[in-house]
Amino acid sequence: MSGVDLRSYRSVVLGVAWRTVHNALTTPNIVIPTIAFPFFFFIAFAGGLSQLQHLPGFHFAQGYTAFQFVFVMLQSAAFGGVFTGFGIARDFEYGFARRLMLAAPNRSAVLVGYALSALVRWLVVAVALTIAAFAVGMNVGGSGVELAGLYGLAPLVNAAGLLWSAGIAMRLRTIQAGPAMQMPVFLLLFFAPVYVPLSLLRGWIHAVARVNPITYCLEAGRSFVSGNAVHAGLAYGTAGALAAVLVVWALRGLWKAEAAGA
Amino acid sequence: MSGQTRAQIGHLARRSILKTLRQPSYVIPPLIFPTLLVTVNAAGLRPSTHLPGFPTNSFLAFAIAVPFIQGALFSTMNAGTDLARDIQTGFLNRLALTPMRGSALLVGHMAGVMVLGMLQSIFYICFALAVGVRFQAGVVGAFVILGLASLIAAAFGMFGAFLALRTGSGESIQATFPFLFIFLFISSMNTPRNLIAVHWFKIAATINPVSYLIEGVRSLIITGWDGQALGLAFAVALTIGVCSVALASWAMTQRMART
Repeated sequence: MSGVDLRSYRSVVLGVAWRTVHNALTTPNIVIPTIAFPFFFFIAFAGGLSQLQHLPGFHFAQGYTAFQFVFVMLQSAAFGGVFTGFGIARDFEYGFARRLMLAAPNRSAVLVGYALSALVRWLVVAVALTIAAFAVGMNVGGSGVELAGLYGLAPLVNAAGLLWSAGIAMRLRTIQAGPAMQMPVFLLLFFAPVYVPLSLLRGWIHAVARVNPITYCLEAGRSFVSGNAVHAGLAYGTAGALAAVLVVWALRGLWKAEAAGA
Repeated sequence: MSGQTRAQIGHLARRSILKTLRQPSYVIPPLIFPTLLVTVNAAGLRPSTHLPGFPTNSFLAFAIAVPFIQGALFSTMNAGTDLARDIQTGFLNRLALTPMRGSALLVGHMAGVMVLGMLQSIFYICFALAVGVRFQAGVVGAFVILGLASLIAAAFGMFGAFLALRTGSGESIQATFPFLFIFLFISSMNTPRNLIAVHWFKIAATINPVSYLIEGVRSLIITGWDGQALGLAFAVALTIGVCSVALASWAMTQRMART
């Protein structure tokens, strides 16, 4: 890629990202659910279920608030990606994406722009959530480097969420595809050990959680917060592999949209 | 009520029911989403039943009350969005040119919500029975749940109608969804109030009317006949209903001001 091509590519990426972030943060019916839902989950889980930390076999020294903080952080990352996918579907449905495609010399830049906006959108939520968690007295046993491990893992989950929903949005090109974007991500997240550690789950949920990649992201994230890192390589490897596979899925969706003349 | 008013209600009720049932996006999500959520939550939260004082050894039986209330929250959205669309498309303005009474419009409009609320409740009861939940209050208890759930759906639906009449915008109704969810989340949906350890959360759940609605339905499933829980649930549902009707009627007179 020449210097001119690179500048043109960057210009498309930044243009798409800026527009999407601007829409996401200035439209009340988009910004409110984006920020409110992670907070509801955090409040409801950390506040309403804290007695679970007294169950025999529940060992997490930093307390239930920190235990749930990791889940809500990863969930907000995944849904930051999915909610951006809704915007992509809307752009296709209303014909804006067609103009974007015509204007972009390299159309993968459009996808990268959306991914960048999903990341910025999640960062806003992550900052707010982190401030709230420390404000309510969350205990952290991990060092700065270990915490960086959590904040490094979440963008991979965010990218996976965005790429999954972008693939759907570009194939179906309608906002009605929302449940198809949202539901699998929701299930993947909640089929992990959300409320108690994996060792306390019993029955089918335990079997499903054991093969769920999000389980290892959650366990690694919680271990980063507790300062006793486990499964870090596995979590990064799984999340990275998931994102890499979904890059192909999203790019193929983009080609299908191109072929359909969207 | 005059014969003319009854006829007006009948026409609008038929329109409302058909309109609701013909839209899969109104019918399917309130059935699928709450049952999926309760299944996933019940699996993940099953260890809660080992907490000392937990009222049952089946978390699914404990949590199955939640879909009834969650379904009612969907009623708020559906009723509100439907009425907002009538406002946005000018249907309400055209009705204002006729002798149609505002009260007839509100009652007729609620018919779709009531029918959907009833269908939802039947579906949740069948789902509960299919996954092995047994109602301690028996068959009669299941019918009481149907009645209570329909009343709750109507009360929330009327509140949705009030929001629609005030805002006149479907998007604004959709934007209120997270706020309605606050009431569900900060309640006794996942833990009995006496077992909530965080003090402020316990207070919030205690003053939250949704806790009493959930506990009323729950009592019929896991306890049997608990007069206090049922009385509180019906009283809260009726209070929400009466307030919502008053607000919606007032908003209707403003919206349908004939000049």
